[in-house]
Amino acid sequence: MAKELFVSKADELADGDRKIVPNGNYEIGVYRVNGELFAYQNVCPHQGGPACEGLLMAKVEEVIAEDKTYQGMTFNHDEMHIVCPWHGWEFDLATGDMVADRKFRLKKYDVVEKDDGVYVTL
Amino acid sequence: MEIPTDHLNKMSVAEFDTSKLMINAARQRDQRGLEDVLIVDVDCHHYENESMREIVEFIDDPVLRRTAQVYSGAGTGANNPFMMGSPGSQDVAGRVTRYPLRKMEETPEDDTHRDIHLSLRWMDAMGVDYVMLFPTPMLLLGLHPVPEYEAVMSRAYNRWLTEKILKEEKRLKTMLYLPFNDPDATYKMVQDFGDSEGVCGFMVVSTRYKPVYDNAYMKTYSLIEEMGKPLAFHGSYSWNDQLLGNTNRFLVTHALGFTIFNAVHLCNWIANGLPERFPKLNVMWIESGLAWVPWLMQRLDNDYRMRSSEAPLLKRLPSEYMGEMFYSSQPMEMPHNPDVLEMTFKMINAETQLCWSSDYPHWDMDVPSVIWDLPFLDEKQKKNIIGENARKLYNLDVSDRFPNYQPPV
Ligand code: FES
Repeated sequence: MAKELFVSKADELADGDRKIVPNGNYEIGVYRVNGELFAYQNVCPHQGGPACEGLLMAKVEEVIAEDKTYQGMTFNHDEMHIVCPWHGWEFDLATGDMVADRKFRLKKYDVVEKDDGVYVTL
Repeated sequence: MEIPTDHLNKMSVAEFDTSKLMINAARQRDQRGLEDVLIVDVDCHHYENESMREIVEFIDDPVLRRTAQVYSGAGTGANNPFMMGSPGSQDVAGRVTRYPLRKMEETPEDDTHRDIHLSLRWMDAMGVDYVMLFPTPMLLLGLHPVPEYEAVMSRAYNRWLTEKILKEEKRLKTMLYLPFNDPDATYKMVQDFGDSEGVCGFMVVSTRYKPVYDNAYMKTYSLIEEMGKPLAFHGSYSWNDQLLGNTNRFLVTHALGFTIFNAVHLCNWIANGLPERFPKLNVMWIESGLAWVPWLMQRLDNDYRMRSSEAPLLKRLPSEYMGEMFYSSQPMEMPHNPDVLEMTFKMINAETQLCWSSDYPHWDMDVPSVIWDLPFLDEKQKKNIIGENARKLYNLDVSDRFPNYQPPV
């Protein structure tokens, strides 16, 4: 049977929170964003930085008008990014894919809420 | 401290500790046994602006010292006449969090300078034994319109660095900053500091508008060649440059800027036959990555074959001289196809000419595993690139860290 790692009591991981829990040699970063839970290994596929310790930021998009002219930039909060603090690689919170080069991704874990607790399946 | 994550929200951070930030580098070090390998970093940095109050006390000229005291203190609200800035966004607008957070980091209140404490923290995490330490904002000082300001400030910095930092910590060394816009001050700097403890060579920041072939520099090159120390050209950028001013995204300003100034100097160095005039002078190119070297090797060879009358001192192809120069590795490009990188390594004779560098704490730093994990290098090649090539180049005494050091075989 898959092992489970206790992350926190459910009410201690509020919406918008992140918790980093030790797991063997590394850690796992667990996020609750817009009611959904996500968990990733805290190791960046670039040079091994602690990706989950960085900022959580909305995707930046360009605003291009009908006539193809540039009208500025904006944040898209429907796609949140985990930003690795070592060099700034950005990962899609929903999938763990590196947004600039989807050949790279963070190691993803299943995470569930049950019995008032949040657990990662190892 | 709070860092904005968008225009409305912030993330709050309670503490910052370099050792904690770099814990995964320490894990890599242990997994690879790098504690037992000599690692020399030929390019890393500190923030000398944070010690500016101490540094300005080393300015000789009483009027300029007073001026610098005024601006390094509370300031006057006016621009500092000593610093030549450029707009920029090296930290990807705060995404590389060690930039905004570094002020929060605590260091012991003891006799050891904060810069020594901070340097040793990341060096120990990566398993680095010795470094060449360079300044940060001063990398733009070559753009100052008045050569005297560069000469005065760099002399004060060099005095402070050698007396207060390098003398105190043997693992920290430097290639000394040269005020290249003033050829006579440059010569005098080499004369006066060339034998100082911890000075392993000399460094010119490339971002400036002075050509390396000017006759005014020949006596300096001769002197450095005689000393047997290397001369390095360190890349940086200027968004104020007329050409780079055409770029509107800093990724382009950076990708081109850190290469293009070094590219111009290297081409001038070759075409004017400086490798023939100074055959024993070791020249190193720092922080331009590696991909630019095969580009220029091919480009220069091609033109030289058609126009050799314009470079009559050359006895061989430009690429052959370039294959005898030294290169720092960072920021090392990582193409998906490793054959591309392997070919680059072959073209630059990486086994003897490439020296690993971290550039820490700057945003595009490299950890030692970028070299150590390359599938096409054998153990000797890895050890050469990560430490031995630099040890040889600087004639570095490593006995305090490796009492029985043997070069890799
Ligand atoms: S290690 Fe994560 S961005 Fe480089």
